[in-house]
Amino acid sequence: MTVLRIGLEKTLGEFSLQITQQLNIHTVLGILGNNGAGKTTLLRLLAGLDRTERGVIEFGGSTWLDSNRGIFVPPHKRRIGMVFQDARLFPHLTVEGNLNFAADRGVGQLLPRTEVLSALGLEGLLARKPEGLSGGERQRVALARALMSAPQLLLLDEPLSAADMGYRVELLPYLRRVIERFSIPTLYVAHTLDELTQLADQLLVLREGRCVALGSVTEVLVQLDLPEVAGREEASSIITARVTSHDLEYQLTYLAFGGQTLSLSGLVAMPGADVRIRVFATDVAIALLEPAGISIRNVLPAIVTAIRIDAASPFADVLVAVDGQSLRVRMTRASLDELNLTESQHVFALLKTASLASD
Amino acid sequence: MEIDWQAFLLTAQLAGLTTVILLVVATPLAWWLVHSQRSWVGWVEALVALPLVLPPTVMGFYLLLLFAPGSGPGAWWFSLTGEPLNFSFTGLVIASVIYSLPFAVQPIQGAFSSVGRGVLEAGATLGASPMDRFFRLVLPLSRRGYLTATVLVFAHTLGEFGVVLMIGGNIPGETRVVSVALYEAVETLNYGSAHTMAAMLLGFSFVVLLVVYALNRRFSFRLGSGV
Repeated sequence: MTVLRIGLEKTLGEFSLQITQQLNIHTVLGILGNNGAGKTTLLRLLAGLDRTERGVIEFGGSTWLDSNRGIFVPPHKRRIGMVFQDARLFPHLTVEGNLNFAADRGVGQLLPRTEVLSALGLEGLLARKPEGLSGGERQRVALARALMSAPQLLLLDEPLSAADMGYRVELLPYLRRVIERFSIPTLYVAHTLDELTQLADQLLVLREGRCVALGSVTEVLVQLDLPEVAGREEASSIITARVTSHDLEYQLTYLAFGGQTLSLSGLVAMPGADVRIRVFATDVAIALLEPAGISIRNVLPAIVTAIRIDAASPFADVLVAVDGQSLRVRMTRASLDELNLTESQHVFALLKTASLASD
Repeated sequence: MEIDWQAFLLTAQLAGLTTVILLVVATPLAWWLVHSQRSWVGWVEALVALPLVLPPTVMGFYLLLLFAPGSGPGAWWFSLTGEPLNFSFTGLVIASVIYSLPFAVQPIQGAFSSVGRGVLEAGATLGASPMDRFFRLVLPLSRRGYLTATVLVFAHTLGEFGVVLMIGGNIPGETRVVSVALYEAVETLNYGSAHTMAAMLLGFSFVVLLVVYALNRRFSFRLGSGV
């Protein structure tokens, strides 16, 4: 775990950023917020690419910024690796030249080059110039280049945002592999939840330059008062469960958490492995009595813990606890009234088998 | 018919020296023009561009006054070296540097600004210091700008006439460049020499430009891509 302590103030016209936080970075801390929330500004301040009159940044044992003591460590001495939305490769150098540029300036123990190349699948591209690469290849080179400089902290500024969907799908496994293999503390900025639920273990939510939530992904996702995680398509929760067995005939995986059993289509992970499962709020239904004769296989006894009604929309969000884990449920306000749900009521949560997707 | 080889040599020396000095002087100036946030950048930019629009005689006249050994920079130079700036090779070089300044600054400035902040920021996060970034990123990415600046300054100095005549006069081996020698040949109805000198200058200029365009095409890479 690495500690990043920040106290930052920055004003840009109408916008102001004001964050005082201690961030304990385990693996990947995701920074989520709408456009204009200040995500990129925060990252640029951390990198030292932008300056501010008032602020403190301490990373590990070193002070990068302390306006009171007149300390400002310039970006090239912070030992960070940054990947921008646009890859920003050096156009006059080959892929190999780009990587060498970083390695030549890296301090301390460098990551083994062959491992970086294989993690990002770059062995065949070394002699190419950036102009001949596809968008996805460029971002992979940019990530490899950042790694080659032996950074103590990785700053990823929406590395998938310039990407169409195809290229997102192409890049995600690479990102995950890099994060797992090199375990460099990482701040990952994104404006959609998708990547973060797959890559991050913690989430910081920014709104209008302020930190409005900070915690584990599991905790933050089930905060009903956060519009950033309540999107129609994205509202979800994460359940951690252990794979118990596979049913090869029906191609199902059985999982357990607490005293509950879940079945999941497709075969994920080896028995004994802990997996995180993202459950979309729209894929969970609530029943007052245990239903019989229905196709839904996952029926879990649950207790209602919170209800949030958005009078401006047809929908309501309900939070239920299942054996210590929280599930987010989206239903219509009409259903909510019909069921007459109240807090601490005992109900059954119905999860469609197909809705469970491995993270 | 005689060819004034001394004038050719002097012209080449003047153009070469001017080019070298200007590449060194224009680099920090162009960098400052691209990256400074100050409000008076526009004033400096206009000042740099002045030689493009001023008649050479106007510049020559003011430089003549400045170079005069009686006062100002001319007096300072005179007390330092014991020689006047007017009607000397040194004076000619200084005048050429001022006169050709925009031809060096503008292409280099264009090259610097097309490098863009993005690439430099990437370099910084990878551990490159400002000087390192300049020499390893900015200069190589600006080589077309430097090539253009070199050729324009060299060629422009070859073609210089008005300013030379005003502050340099026509002293063989000191200030008598080809354009002045050519003018004199015509004045004295020595059309044979005039023809030869004019043709040589024309041929030389054309060949230089030809080489530059060929090199430019070979070195070409799209600056916009990959960033």
